[in-house]
Amino acid sequence: MFADLAWLQAPPADFRARVKAVRAALADGTTEERLHELASVRLDLNQLGALASTVASFLAVAPATGPLARVRLGLIGSGTLGLIEPAIVASALRHRVLATIVGGDYGSAVRDAIDPASALRCAGIDLAMVALDHRTLGLDRPQLAPGAAAAAVAAASATMAAMIDGLAASASGGVMVATVVAPAEPLFGSLDAVEDGSVAAQVAAFNAQLVDWARAKRIVLVDVARIANAVGVDRWHDAGQWHSAKLPFDPDLVPLYADIVARTIAAVRGTTRKCLVLDLDNTLWGGVIGDDGVDGIALGQGSARGEAFLAIQQAALALRERGIILAVCSKNDDDVARQPFRDHPDMPLKESDIAAFVANWGDKATNLRAIAAALNIGLDSLVFLDDNPVERAQVRRELPMVAVPELPADPALYPRALLAAGYFEAVAFAQEDRARADQYRANAERAAFAGTSDMAGYLASLDMAADFRPFDAVNRARIAQLINKSNQFNLTTRRYTEAQVAVLEADNTKVTMQVRLVDRFGDNGMISVVVIDTAGGDGRWDIDTWLMSCRVLGRRMEEAVLDQIAGAARRGGATTLTGRYIPSVKNKMVADHYAKLGFIRGGDDDDGSNGGSDNGGGETVWHLDLATYVAPDLPMHITSSVA
Amino acid sequence: MTIDEIIRKIGDVMVDVFDVDDVDVTAATSADDVEEWDSLSHIRFIITLERLFKIKFLNEEIADLKNVGDLARVIQAKLPA
Repeated sequence: MFADLAWLQAPPADFRARVKAVRAALADGTTEERLHELASVRLDLNQLGALASTVASFLAVAPATGPLARVRLGLIGSGTLGLIEPAIVASALRHRVLATIVGGDYGSAVRDAIDPASALRCAGIDLAMVALDHRTLGLDRPQLAPGAAAAAVAAASATMAAMIDGLAASASGGVMVATVVAPAEPLFGSLDAVEDGSVAAQVAAFNAQLVDWARAKRIVLVDVARIANAVGVDRWHDAGQWHSAKLPFDPDLVPLYADIVARTIAAVRGTTRKCLVLDLDNTLWGGVIGDDGVDGIALGQGSARGEAFLAIQQAALALRERGIILAVCSKNDDDVARQPFRDHPDMPLKESDIAAFVANWGDKATNLRAIAAALNIGLDSLVFLDDNPVERAQVRRELPMVAVPELPADPALYPRALLAAGYFEAVAFAQEDRARADQYRANAERAAFAGTSDMAGYLASLDMAADFRPFDAVNRARIAQLINKSNQFNLTTRRYTEAQVAVLEADNTKVTMQVRLVDRFGDNGMISVVVIDTAGGDGRWDIDTWLMSCRVLGRRMEEAVLDQIAGAARRGGATTLTGRYIPSVKNKMVADHYAKLGFIRGGDDDDGSNGGSDNGGGETVWHLDLATYVAPDLPMHITSSVA
Repeated sequence: MTIDEIIRKIGDVMVDVFDVDDVDVTAATSADDVEEWDSLSHIRFIITLERLFKIKFLNEEIADLKNVGDLARVIQAKLPA
């Protein structure tokens, strides 16, 4: 998870072309956001280098201020830093920092720091970082004579203290110091931890000194040792690379190392994220609340799946405790979305923990804008957690300044994916931070939601292909399952058994459709089922059943399905399409379905053929005149074998 | 894999490693022909080739290479037959 920066997307295939496009238009005013976007994927050493050289070119023409924070970092370290410097510059973009790095001379780390006349100290830096390893600090060999280990640690600490003081005089923004990664090789074995003279114990004592300094605000700690532990010290220290090129650690881990440094810079400069926006269905609990109900979602002890969702909620709560604002952005009816918060006994998160709660059927980019506005924070303060890759892609495309982590298939890994990304890196914690999330909530309650979004471009980019065909034996079981399980986008909620579906299939007075949708993220499977009764007479076709998967809402699939129905009806000689909405507890979201599609409301109990006297439940009936129906221009490719 | 195929793949890698577009890579191409090919980018070059071909070089294998042709022969010897 850590070593491969698994929370980031793979880079686009045309990464190099995109870099060149930015280089070709450095002064066009969008460069900083484009650089940020390019850096927000998983990059290798070469790609990091290409971005860093683009930053260098941009800085020659860049305005003094812009959307990204400016930092001039002096970097001092052991061994060859030439791979690390450009990687930090590129990774800093990811954390919304435009960095210049002033490197020390090879092998002169101590002098660069303590000599007021060194090139590094005269370069106008505003932040410094020292990353010395056990070799440079003289902590690389056992000290078994009495007092020798303490002396070695004291000498290393004295050297470091002098460097820190020297750099602090030239870097007003502070001095970042990396903890030391002890080698994996034992001297005694487990006794190394006990015996002060072991290399491991010396390094531990030195690191403890750094922690004391960090607590006293003398330095900002960069806990490289902890990251090395997370990926494995066996992998971290690469003896071959040290001997041949003086690389201080495995070069494959440079992207991770650079991100750790970059996120610390971001924390110093205050560009880290403030707010975690959470999707609900299959992100905070397993299943779909609108379909499965409070009793049916997976959450809580007793099942591995339920415990996994408990863990991500607890992770979110822990973030709230340290001052991170929590928000909800879900495609649901508001009251349905709130049910688990109110009624589920194992739900750690409560409504009062959520500063902005947005559940509706609008697109998520628009809703994220509304959340940021309601909380009065920038979009670049948001992290958006959603299990659905389509939603993630829409948000990334429309709001590249929002951080959107990739999530693994297994919800058990959600907490690590979220937390390993370092969105909320901090360099201090105050008790007031704990109250911050509450304050934002109070402010948000005064705000309102609004906004629109470039949906057309987004939909076109999905490369959607929809396939329409009549019911068939192969898919009968799945059709019956959808007919019996779909609650929300279901106009009539008529349930048919598999045997009844077989009868519909064979009935030549019925037109049936099963719809599949494929997009560039993969196969969405069967996303709609339609049954039409053609026996009503008077040139009228009645839509008996129309249901759709909520996953494809907002993608104009409703219009595509209607277009197929209308086409079939015209070919069948019909002049009018009739649809009805039968309200249920769960299908409120489609109350206006037919109105939105251009149907005109008729008498609500004017139906003869379906025994449709007023059922007292608010049923509405709608008509579409096929003579006036105009086929829409849809953002998808259609394949159809519907008669 | 033939030497020519390996050289072609090396040429593709060089575009990314050295951040250049107009590089015409042959067996005779050496660091003298590519301005951006210095000791630092050479490290990235080697690491990138190791990842692409799923091999690991020993220091002594690559210490005395003269040109891309030499490099391709070392790689070929390391690839499974």
